[in-house]
Amino acid sequence: MKYRIRFASVFALLAVAICAKAETPSVIAIKDARIVPVSGPVIPKGTVVVRNGLIEAAGASVPTPSDAWVVDGQGLTVYPGLIDALSTWGIPNASAIESSSPSRRGGFTPPDFPPAPSTPAAAPGPIARGPEDRPSNTSYLLAADQVSPADRRVETARAAGFTGAATFPTRGIFAGQGVFLNLAGQRAGNMVVQSPAGLFLTVRTAAFGGGFPNSLMGAIAYIRQIYLDADQYKTAKEIYAAHPLGNKRPDYDKTLEGVLAAPRVMMPATNPKEIERMLKLGHELKLKTVLYGVEEGYRAVDLLKKHNASVLVNLKWPAPSREADSEATDSLRVLEMRDKAPSTPAALAKAGIKFALYAGALDRPQDAARAVKRAMDAGLSAEDAIRALTLSAAEIYGVADRLGSIDKGKIANLVVTKGDLFQSGTEIKFVLVDGVKYEPAPEAPPASPEATQ
Amino acid sequence: MKSIFLALLAGVLSIASAQTIVIQNATVLTITKGTLKGSVVIKDGKILEVGEKVLVPPGAQVIDAGGQYLMPGIIDAHSHIAADSINEGSMSVSSMVGIEDVLDPEAIAIFRALAGGVTTANILHGSANAIGGKCLVIKTRWGKDTEGIKFEGAKPGIKFALGENPKRQGMATTQGTGRRGAADTSNLRYPGTRMGVEDVIRQAFTEAKQYQATWKDYEARKAKGETVIPPKRDLKLEPLVEILEGKRLVHAHCYRADEILMLLRVADDFGFKIKTLQHVLEGYKVAKEIAAHGAGASTFSDWWAYKVEAYDAIPYNAAVMVKKGVLVSLNSDDAELMRRLNTEAGKTVKYGGLTETEALSLITINPAKQLDIDNRVGSIEVGKDADLVLYDKHPLSTFAKVQKVMIDGTVYFDRDKDVSDRDQKQLRKKQLIEKEKQNQPQQKKGFAGGARRPA
Repeated sequence: MKYRIRFASVFALLAVAICAKAETPSVIAIKDARIVPVSGPVIPKGTVVVRNGLIEAAGASVPTPSDAWVVDGQGLTVYPGLIDALSTWGIPNASAIESSSPSRRGGFTPPDFPPAPSTPAAAPGPIARGPEDRPSNTSYLLAADQVSPADRRVETARAAGFTGAATFPTRGIFAGQGVFLNLAGQRAGNMVVQSPAGLFLTVRTAAFGGGFPNSLMGAIAYIRQIYLDADQYKTAKEIYAAHPLGNKRPDYDKTLEGVLAAPRVMMPATNPKEIERMLKLGHELKLKTVLYGVEEGYRAVDLLKKHNASVLVNLKWPAPSREADSEATDSLRVLEMRDKAPSTPAALAKAGIKFALYAGALDRPQDAARAVKRAMDAGLSAEDAIRALTLSAAEIYGVADRLGSIDKGKIANLVVTKGDLFQSGTEIKFVLVDGVKYEPAPEAPPASPEATQ
Repeated sequence: MKSIFLALLAGVLSIASAQTIVIQNATVLTITKGTLKGSVVIKDGKILEVGEKVLVPPGAQVIDAGGQYLMPGIIDAHSHIAADSINEGSMSVSSMVGIEDVLDPEAIAIFRALAGGVTTANILHGSANAIGGKCLVIKTRWGKDTEGIKFEGAKPGIKFALGENPKRQGMATTQGTGRRGAADTSNLRYPGTRMGVEDVIRQAFTEAKQYQATWKDYEARKAKGETVIPPKRDLKLEPLVEILEGKRLVHAHCYRADEILMLLRVADDFGFKIKTLQHVLEGYKVAKEIAAHGAGASTFSDWWAYKVEAYDAIPYNAAVMVKKGVLVSLNSDDAELMRRLNTEAGKTVKYGGLTETEALSLITINPAKQLDIDNRVGSIEVGKDADLVLYDKHPLSTFAKVQKVMIDGTVYFDRDKDVSDRDQKQLRKKQLIEKEKQNQPQQKKGFAGGARRPA
């Protein structure tokens, strides 16, 4: 019995390998398709040529190379591959991105978030008595080192049109460094586009009795102290390197090394007060801040505009609790918030604020299309929606010079559909990742387990 | 960026209060300049004139307050509303944290306090630690953002706490120890006694003086042109240095006479002042010593015996301290009590025989002095902020209801408007619930059928 199962799985693996291998021609031309380059106007009928994993040419009058494997693109649309701008896809067994902050109102009850689980790297040590103990800090952790093509969500994400993701460790206050991934590859190393992609911060703390910090104010003070320490650490190291004689050697601190290595900082903010709080903190600490969450961004457009903020909007729109009777428990304010949250992307687009949408908080990648559709129903144009899931995400992570649009020389990450993206009934025909073609799996994968645990 | 916010704030204020307003025919309880029947003229958010007969400027908005009582906005010297967290209880000195970082301008408690006549409140860190976090003074400008509710220019403060709360150590666990059943005390917090609380404060200020000296030394060596590695900044010790330099006000939670005297001695030893003693239920026993130190006292009206250290409380506490020359205020420490501080003040007329003006001083000019903002608020005087409350009856009466509340000359609460808006809000709520219900089944259908058909 055991043998048979093993045999079956080996067979399945072989089958997958054959599929992938069988379809890896080095030159592909998608002919006579509608092309949405995102970086420029739509080409109603044209050809995209891919060679050795890169886009060789795209346009209305591009000739088909003689050595190309040709796809008849009649009735199909070619888009740049979708990017999940904040994700845990690619790290096996990682939970989905949690809501950026629990919305608590009006009370002075201590935060009741679950205690931050210790990271795999950190053994349970003595209780933290202050910032100097560096609690909940794995800023040095690299998502790039944890990525594996074996994460089942990589395949389901591709089936939903995603070819890239900014994937982060998410546990702890200083969770660690993200990586910008391509969602396919024989080995983990093939998948990495850019590392580190940014430092993921949360303000989740342990409950009372769990050591420092155990409150939101403690978490913020801790973040501030770490950045002041990092500043001093950098200066001290520079001075010491230039003048080792007569100066005391600065102690090595891996958490500060991590903080200093981050090209940008992802900060959680749901509503206007949190947006104001985090933008001010980021400004005070001179950080390159990217806000994530921002479900109530529709109420903070002026503030975001004023700070020239970069924003990642959570596609998991707030929903009523399944247990509660909304009439009995929810205030007018909460009802308004749930009604208007999906209008956030439209409001940001209208104001010209740089934003991307992320699916990493959704239970399943295939829920993304409907969530985007809700934002479109609330006023987001199709162009802005596509941009928010492609080029804008690439721009926020500083990789727009190599992907995010259909342009000559860029990485050949494409999604090819029958019908317009995000509309119901649209089929994802196939995606290209690094120029390799992947078709959605013939059988829809089981609904739940791969996403949550 | 700060300047952007200030500019924004100034812009908002000037738009909202550019208008001239005259409140006429009211009984004006100025608190500091007696009571009169007359008018108050407000211009650009400030009080321009107070008198029986005033000149009404052309184009001024006139509010007829015939039969009503006008008093300065109530100031609550001890509140925990409007913040997303209150206690950083993990350590005994948590001066690195502050309310400013976690302000919640949308907390409904702000609106309720406003509707109870409170226009200014000191938002304190909790009492979990000997030296707690930094406080923030706010105005209850309901509807404004985080910057918009700050009392701009108010001196910063910090919370201290003595007695039962800071000496709580937490629970010893029996897990994770080598010997079975042996209690693990490694997670317990120091101190566990009142002596220990004193020790923690002394230790902290000793470190703060050292820190101050380290930085002075660094600055001096740097000025001489030496290449020196700068010392680390310590957000825990910086506020304590500010206390030593007189730049930050200490508001100390305390109950018993012995611990009150202890703290005053510690402050004298280190050369700083305690600005206010909070709760201070045994203050009547050591009122002379409190007055001699120059500390204010912010207490409850008649709350007692809710914990062991509150057993010796008497309802005459406020009045006794007033008569011994202590600057006394009454506070709420509670979002609900905050809505009716006027009746709390009324209790001091019954217990201790304070005059009506003395009683109202406990919730207006006295807390303003305790927070060093009496040049701006706390009484109806020319030049002060137009933070005013209009009651239908004398505010010391239990029957008095707040009719209007004005901050910086802008009406932030109007009972008539609030009542008349309720139907509309109820209707809107029903509509949204209906809309959500209608979308619900459709969403569920979409969920089931939404899995992409593979090609």
